[in-house]
Amino acid sequence: MPGPIQSIERAAAMLRLLARGSGHHGLAEIAAALGLAKGTAHGILRTLQRVEFVEQDQSTGRYRLGAALLHLGTSYLDANELRSRSINWADTLAARSGHEVRIGMHLDGAVLVVHHVFRPDDTMQTLGIGGMLPLHATALGKVLLAYDAGLLATIRRAELTSLTRRTIVRPSALERVLAEVRAAGWASEAEEYMPGEAGIAAPIRMPGGLVVGAIGISGAVDRICQTANRPRQALVDHVCHAAEAVSRSLATDN
Amino acid sequence: MAQRFVMAIDQGTTSTRCIVFDSNARLVSVAQREHRRYSPRPGWVEQDAVEIWRNVDRIMPQALRDAGIGADQVVALGITNQRETFVVWDRHTGAPVGRAIVWEDIRTEELVAEMASRPGADEVRDRCGLPLATYFSAPSLRWLLDDVPDLRDRAERGDVLFGTMDTWLIWNLTGGVNGGLHVTDVTNASRTMLMNIMTQQWDPELLSFFDIPRRMLPEIRPTTEIHGRTTRVVPGIEIAAALGDQHAALFGQTCFAEGETKCTYGTGSFLLMNTGTKLIRSEHGLLTTIGYQLGGEPVTYALEGSIAVTGSLVQWFRDNLGLIHSAPEIETLARTVKDNGGCYIVPAFSGLFAPHWHSEARGLIVGLTSYITKGHLARAVLEATAWQTREVVDAMNADLGERAGVLRVDGGMTADHLLMQIIADVLDVSVMRPMVAETVSLGAAYAAGLAVGYWPDLAGLRRNWHLAARWTPQMDPRHRDEEYANWKRAVELTFGWATPRHTVDSGQF
Repeated sequence: MPGPIQSIERAAAMLRLLARGSGHHGLAEIAAALGLAKGTAHGILRTLQRVEFVEQDQSTGRYRLGAALLHLGTSYLDANELRSRSINWADTLAARSGHEVRIGMHLDGAVLVVHHVFRPDDTMQTLGIGGMLPLHATALGKVLLAYDAGLLATIRRAELTSLTRRTIVRPSALERVLAEVRAAGWASEAEEYMPGEAGIAAPIRMPGGLVVGAIGISGAVDRICQTANRPRQALVDHVCHAAEAVSRSLATDN
Repeated sequence: MAQRFVMAIDQGTTSTRCIVFDSNARLVSVAQREHRRYSPRPGWVEQDAVEIWRNVDRIMPQALRDAGIGADQVVALGITNQRETFVVWDRHTGAPVGRAIVWEDIRTEELVAEMASRPGADEVRDRCGLPLATYFSAPSLRWLLDDVPDLRDRAERGDVLFGTMDTWLIWNLTGGVNGGLHVTDVTNASRTMLMNIMTQQWDPELLSFFDIPRRMLPEIRPTTEIHGRTTRVVPGIEIAAALGDQHAALFGQTCFAEGETKCTYGTGSFLLMNTGTKLIRSEHGLLTTIGYQLGGEPVTYALEGSIAVTGSLVQWFRDNLGLIHSAPEIETLARTVKDNGGCYIVPAFSGLFAPHWHSEARGLIVGLTSYITKGHLARAVLEATAWQTREVVDAMNADLGERAGVLRVDGGMTADHLLMQIIADVLDVSVMRPMVAETVSLGAAYAAGLAVGYWPDLAGLRRNWHLAARWTPQMDPRHRDEEYANWKRAVELTFGWATPRHTVDSGQF
């Protein structure tokens, strides 16, 4: 068992310091208060600033607690921000895979479709942004469930609705599948939501690893899967690659 | 043999991007860096050309690294750029004379008003296709020549060079002080007010009207042209195309046929229609410009409606009012209300461009009551972009006597789902987004790839175009008409605000 991590302890001390008194502190002041070298303190502050736990006043250069701390646990990524950051990579995934692409986030026990790219065959299709999908019966939903134990607990209490004869309705079966999703790093679904349709999805992560959404493709089951409802490896690779690219774009300041 | 790629540099108003594309026009990597915007006085907008060059120096290698490829796998580089923005620099040291003056800058407002009453002013628009306005390069260049001591002498001696950002980057990439090429393309030249729109050469009458020394101007070349190889940053890459960003977007949207139209939503928004070999002179406040010119072929003309402030209104809402943290959050905030609550924002920050061309107009927020929340303001921000598009589309329809059935859109703001729906609603046409929203970069890549034979022809490029999203109109026609009437009233209130009054009467067009 490793010991406590010093930089995390120091970061916690910094947040406590900023939370009391005037709430505005200069770098020298913070370093002196905690007995740290200015360089060390600055490095920690920069990291806290990056995760938005700390803000720096533009004119005075002084630090204060970040607005993100006030709504910790509610929403950490704006849905429209996610669409904006991922639009290039969602397009690229549609172009590479030949399938329609959706990006989903969790909302009220379902998957909210925050972005949708048409299948690149120029047939008439309808934009599905703003629509809701079931968590337990879609690849996007399975990804969101796999990385959110709290969400899974609420689902377990609710009845898992059967949408097709393949929909997973037994909680124990769903949990087994979600463990596989975590092990593989991606999820799939074959005719569990709609007969003849299948999907593949992978997690979108914030810096630090928190899963904030999922990106995936869907289409005819015989085009998504090869045999025995196993998804084609090339498509899985495209989806995972896109998920990583979107996660990377969330890590860069725009 | 290793796979081959095309690279594009998009030198935009807020950032510079380097994008690598594969032969199916799919994005392989993107590297981007923002640059600073300086506003030393009200109405002045400047950028540091050296900072922009340094950014290119970083993003080119980064884009190659991210793509996991070497320079030898890049068959061509296309350069596209914010238009009208220019810099003057010393050809012996490479050092700029002051900062670049940006297209949004309105320091020449009085100079332009004064020039408009001079003899020869009536002919300016006939010769260059553009109305006399602060937006284009020539008035600002003239201002700079008057403002900096000795600059005119240095220009006449050939010691300083003028360039839009394409010219600045090509000169630097091909060696700078060590034999850098001083060239521009016909689309960028068409935005200076110094090029004759019919001959595509620097026009002696215009040079004399604006009093600009010919020696400081670059050579005008076609859009697709092998300029030479890079010798700096990432040496050995063939520079095979240069074109203004809006022209690149037209190309990237594969609007190759007469009548095909696109609108790019960025800092400002720009609606361009390909008019083929026909030079159309607008009677409704639109610009005549060059769409593109393929090497060895006659130019393709375009009709343009330019809107100065769209995305920059969202940035203002974020940075100056602090009501949102990031630009995309405007949609989240706008969705907290169901309509604008009677509130309208007309963002005439630097006057109004097409179709009004009122440089003295200034922005306003109208219809405020105690009921209005920041959500209503956010909605009014998005609606301002939509109604400004409607005005330009109406002008285009009036010039052509017909109505387009769809609008092809691209640019960063197309990620705003609510905005795209509002645009479909107020235009009453389908709005279509192609699979590559980065149409500006793609257009530069297409032009460069075409020049070196990476793509065989225009038809081949067309096959790469796929529909990514379509928004269809859902607004009640009566409601639309009422809202449009309100918008028009709001626009009229902005006229004549800045004093002294220098109204460019749209009747002069």
